[in-house]
Amino acid sequence: MTNGHHEIDHNIDIAPGDEHFEGGIGERVLGYLTGLGLAILLTATSFFVAGTDLVWQPSIPVALVVLAIAQMGVHLVFFLHLTTGADNTNNVLALAFGVLIVMLVIGGSLWIMANLNHNMMPMDQLMQMQR
Amino acid sequence: MADTTTAYAQSDPHHVRAVEYTGPASKRIVTGYGFWIFILSDMVMFSAFFAAYAVLLGQTAGGPSGAQLFDLPNVAIETGFLLASSFTCGLATIAADARNKFWFQIAMAITCLFGLAFLTIEGREFASLVARGAGPTRSAFLSAFFTLVGCHGLHVSGGILWLLTMMAQVFAKGFRADIQRRILCFALFWHALDIIWIAVFTVVYLLGSAA
Repeated sequence: MTNGHHEIDHNIDIAPGDEHFEGGIGERVLGYLTGLGLAILLTATSFFVAGTDLVWQPSIPVALVVLAIAQMGVHLVFFLHLTTGADNTNNVLALAFGVLIVMLVIGGSLWIMANLNHNMMPMDQLMQMQR
Repeated sequence: MADTTTAYAQSDPHHVRAVEYTGPASKRIVTGYGFWIFILSDMVMFSAFFAAYAVLLGQTAGGPSGAQLFDLPNVAIETGFLLASSFTCGLATIAADARNKFWFQIAMAITCLFGLAFLTIEGREFASLVARGAGPTRSAFLSAFFTLVGCHGLHVSGGILWLLTMMAQVFAKGFRADIQRRILCFALFWHALDIIWIAVFTVVYLLGSAA
């Protein structure tokens, strides 16, 4: 393997973004092409679903979120070469922790603000009381 | 020595731990991992902006909503440019691994052009919104929109400066080990920006114009 990844062993960690590959350049390009094709497919589906009348309307936001998460997965696997292999455990665990924090920040904010909106008097009434 | 080896084998009879301790990780792994942590913290920062946008989506203060403002075909073209640039960035990584200067510079130059095309489209969108009286001061919704999308645009601008720096460094110094580490970090950064853009076009534009 002469691609600059020095002394990579299957069982030792590899840097995030690096790829375990015994194949040649052609196969690596093919990997990126696969990722590109899947990403284009998912993006096109997202834009199509957002504007269509063909599906049940309340299902559209859910579909868009699912498509976005799927495309993020495609990018992580084909572009950032995140795998389930033992050499990637550290990278995946760091990502999992990041996802946990992201979920807490977004989910927590939405939850708290929805409750606040529910429990608070509408703003125009509040303004009238202060007069 | 023999004692410790035997003890190790007995503590792990099924060879769950496939390797024995092999010494500290290489500098490439340490650098890449550290930069990966930075990228994840950057994503946490973006999540706060996403949360603000989601909370403020309806707070238009009588002003225009996303459905009235967003031009989805334009966003689709923008998305295509950024996705293509992520792909050519991957090709540049392969060229760097193969230590092929010519293809590295070509792939990086194309990545740069796609990135600039993305920024141009975004800049024109911002200019047209401000010209229509829908600037960041119009409503809380538009403040959140400009902060989130503008922050991503700033990251892309910084990424392009970094990209040009890497082209110059490879031109001047070749594929030294430290330059290879910087290329690895740059590629991580650029691919991460594309991942954040997936969230932007889904949450801001597609969900935002549905709401």
